[in-house]
Amino acid sequence: MLKIENLTANVGDKQILKGISLSVNPGEVHAIMGPNGSGKSTLAQVIAGHPGYEVTGGTVTYEGQDLLDMDAEVRAQQGIFLAFQYPVEIPGVSNAYFLRAAYNEIRKARGEEEVDPMEFLDVMTERLKIVEMGDDMLQRSVNFGFSGGEKKRNEIFQMAVLEPKLAILDETDSGLDIDALRIVAEGVNKLKRPDRSTIVVTHYQRLLNYIVPDFVHVLAQGRIVRSGGKDLALELEERGYDWLLETAGASA
Amino acid sequence: MTAHSNYRELFEVAAASSAAKDFLPKLKIAAIEQFEAVGFPTTRDEDWHFTSVSPIAERTFRPARPAATSLTSDDIARFTYGQDDWHLLVFVNGRYEPALSSFAELDVDAQVMTFGEALKEAPELLAERLGTLAPAKQAFTALNTAFMADGVVIRVPKDIELETPIHILYLTDSHATNASQHPRTLVVAERHAKVTLVETFATIGGGTYFTNHVAEVVVGDGARVDHYKVQREGGEAFHVGTTQATQGRDSIYHAFSFAIGAQLSRTNVYSKLLGENAEVRLNGLYALEEAQHADHQTFVEHIAPSCSSREVYKGILDGTSHGVFNGKVFVDPQAQKTDGKQTNHALLIGDGAKVDTKPQLEIFADDVKCTHGATVGRLDQMALFYLKSRGIGGDRARALLTYAFAAEVLELIELEPLKVALEALLFERFIPPETV
Ligand SMILES: Nc1ncnc2c1ncn2[C@@H]1O[C@H](COP(=O)(O)OP(=O)(O)OP(=O)(O)O)[C@@H](O)[C@H]1O
Ligand SMILES: [Mg+2]
Repeated sequence: MLKIENLTANVGDKQILKGISLSVNPGEVHAIMGPNGSGKSTLAQVIAGHPGYEVTGGTVTYEGQDLLDMDAEVRAQQGIFLAFQYPVEIPGVSNAYFLRAAYNEIRKARGEEEVDPMEFLDVMTERLKIVEMGDDMLQRSVNFGFSGGEKKRNEIFQMAVLEPKLAILDETDSGLDIDALRIVAEGVNKLKRPDRSTIVVTHYQRLLNYIVPDFVHVLAQGRIVRSGGKDLALELEERGYDWLLETAGASA
Repeated sequence: MTAHSNYRELFEVAAASSAAKDFLPKLKIAAIEQFEAVGFPTTRDEDWHFTSVSPIAERTFRPARPAATSLTSDDIARFTYGQDDWHLLVFVNGRYEPALSSFAELDVDAQVMTFGEALKEAPELLAERLGTLAPAKQAFTALNTAFMADGVVIRVPKDIELETPIHILYLTDSHATNASQHPRTLVVAERHAKVTLVETFATIGGGTYFTNHVAEVVVGDGARVDHYKVQREGGEAFHVGTTQATQGRDSIYHAFSFAIGAQLSRTNVYSKLLGENAEVRLNGLYALEEAQHADHQTFVEHIAPSCSSREVYKGILDGTSHGVFNGKVFVDPQAQKTDGKQTNHALLIGDGAKVDTKPQLEIFADDVKCTHGATVGRLDQMALFYLKSRGIGGDRARALLTYAFAAEVLELIELEPLKVALEALLFERFIPPETV
């Protein structure tokens, strides 16, 4: 589904991703862990098509197509979804309007009929249950004045409505209390399908207790320094990252 | 011979044919003299620093001499906000058109008159008020007074609340090409009276012409006037408008200015707070494209103590358009406990667009709260990417954010059908219709 090969990316003159390779097959859950500033969000944003990052080398193939050649909106229309580490506030645009616009753009790209506001209300009402949110948030401006936790839940709500093929969750668990964490994680699990894949960026094993990864990767200083199964996350929880950084330093 | 002296000649002709009451010729003569004395403003004038009116001054626009119009109510339907039950006065090329107006019987004892009717029915009101509010020293006001031929006079007596809004629609069509019109509005809301007024300036067909409007609004003690101005003149038009209100004790005056039209426009909205505890709100939204130029000036004079003023103006500038906002607040030494707040935000869309903002606070009382804030920005790149990451691309994302920027100030419109209509007007401008 997604194949990243030797990807390098810069912000300005600074190289942040220094050769990332990663393969995600349909139905798989990959966790990406790693110290602050190691490039996890950068990788997520590059996959989503953020124009602020300059890809300087490597390839990314998504469903057999050159992903790097697509505009961000086209990637979304093709089924890629990024749950932001810092969701953006958009005062003046209601959640309902925003989501319907997104939903219809994606449907249009697939050659499907657009839905009218009434039909869409039904879609939203049903998906709100997945994240256990009240429908009062639909008329509020996108993320505007939302608490940190509400913003994260709203990301998952959007994911539930848009039903992406490849979801990237960038620290969706941080800032969530224990109940919210469970709701969000169960939401993600409910959306799981054999043809849908998920990349979960997190610092904490506790999320991975709910969303069990098939693979765990450790990103440090712009490189994947270790990959393993779900047990790697447990090991990291216990030992931290230092032991991996030393090996990474030695091999650099 | 200077360009502005042509107006004397035109004036002699106009005055001779005018069958006005005695006070009116006097007022008009004084006005043309005033106009001759000051001439058109130049960019050396502090109040006109960022706006050159030479495209107006270099031409001599003769007053429109309209014939009966062939426009039908179907032609004007798109300018009436779908509100058949509002009182509607339609002027075409400066001339009142009774056939297009649907002036329902007033359910209460108030007077809504055209200028001509007012001269017959309420000459004493005109003699007492006309020209006493608007700043006669300003060239364009003087020009309006000298040439005003028609307009609307509204008098709402004590304790009368007019529920139904009054809509004055000034339409210009190609018959007025190269002509000027100087419509005049006088509103007198007496003690505890209430009235809502919408003034729309629009074009059918286009052409170069010059609208020079003046409105005088007396808001009596405890009275409330809601005053909306919608300027959607054609792209070649020139528009200058001045609204001057005076407010008595406990009065409320809400003015909203919506401007999307004209190649060059200047909109002045002024209020003088003469009685204690009065409230004024001057809000506005302008959206420009291509090489449009729009200048807004507001002026709140806090003369009496304990009054509040609130201002929110927003501008959206595309293409190589140029916006100017000058918000003046004056606080008299006696106006203690003044509470004033002004904000002004501009969104630059076009690479060549620019805005000049000048807040001007002159405060001579010590126990006051006056703030102002101004921002000039471009579309939020993070928000743009957020929308894209959800599949909402390029133009549509930009349009959505632009619209969102405007929404905050449109929300301040309390007249719901007008709010909806103006939202739609803006939508039309920023969002390609097939995607709405
Ligand atoms: N727009 C930017 N401008 C400058 N530097 C940036 C920018 N974006 C990211 N960086 C830098 O790139 C590096 C990687 O940042 P990134 O956000 O990808 O880290 P992360 O692994 O997600 O960290 P965290 O765990 O704290 O979220 C950091 O050193 C960061 O300061
Ligand atoms: Mg991060």
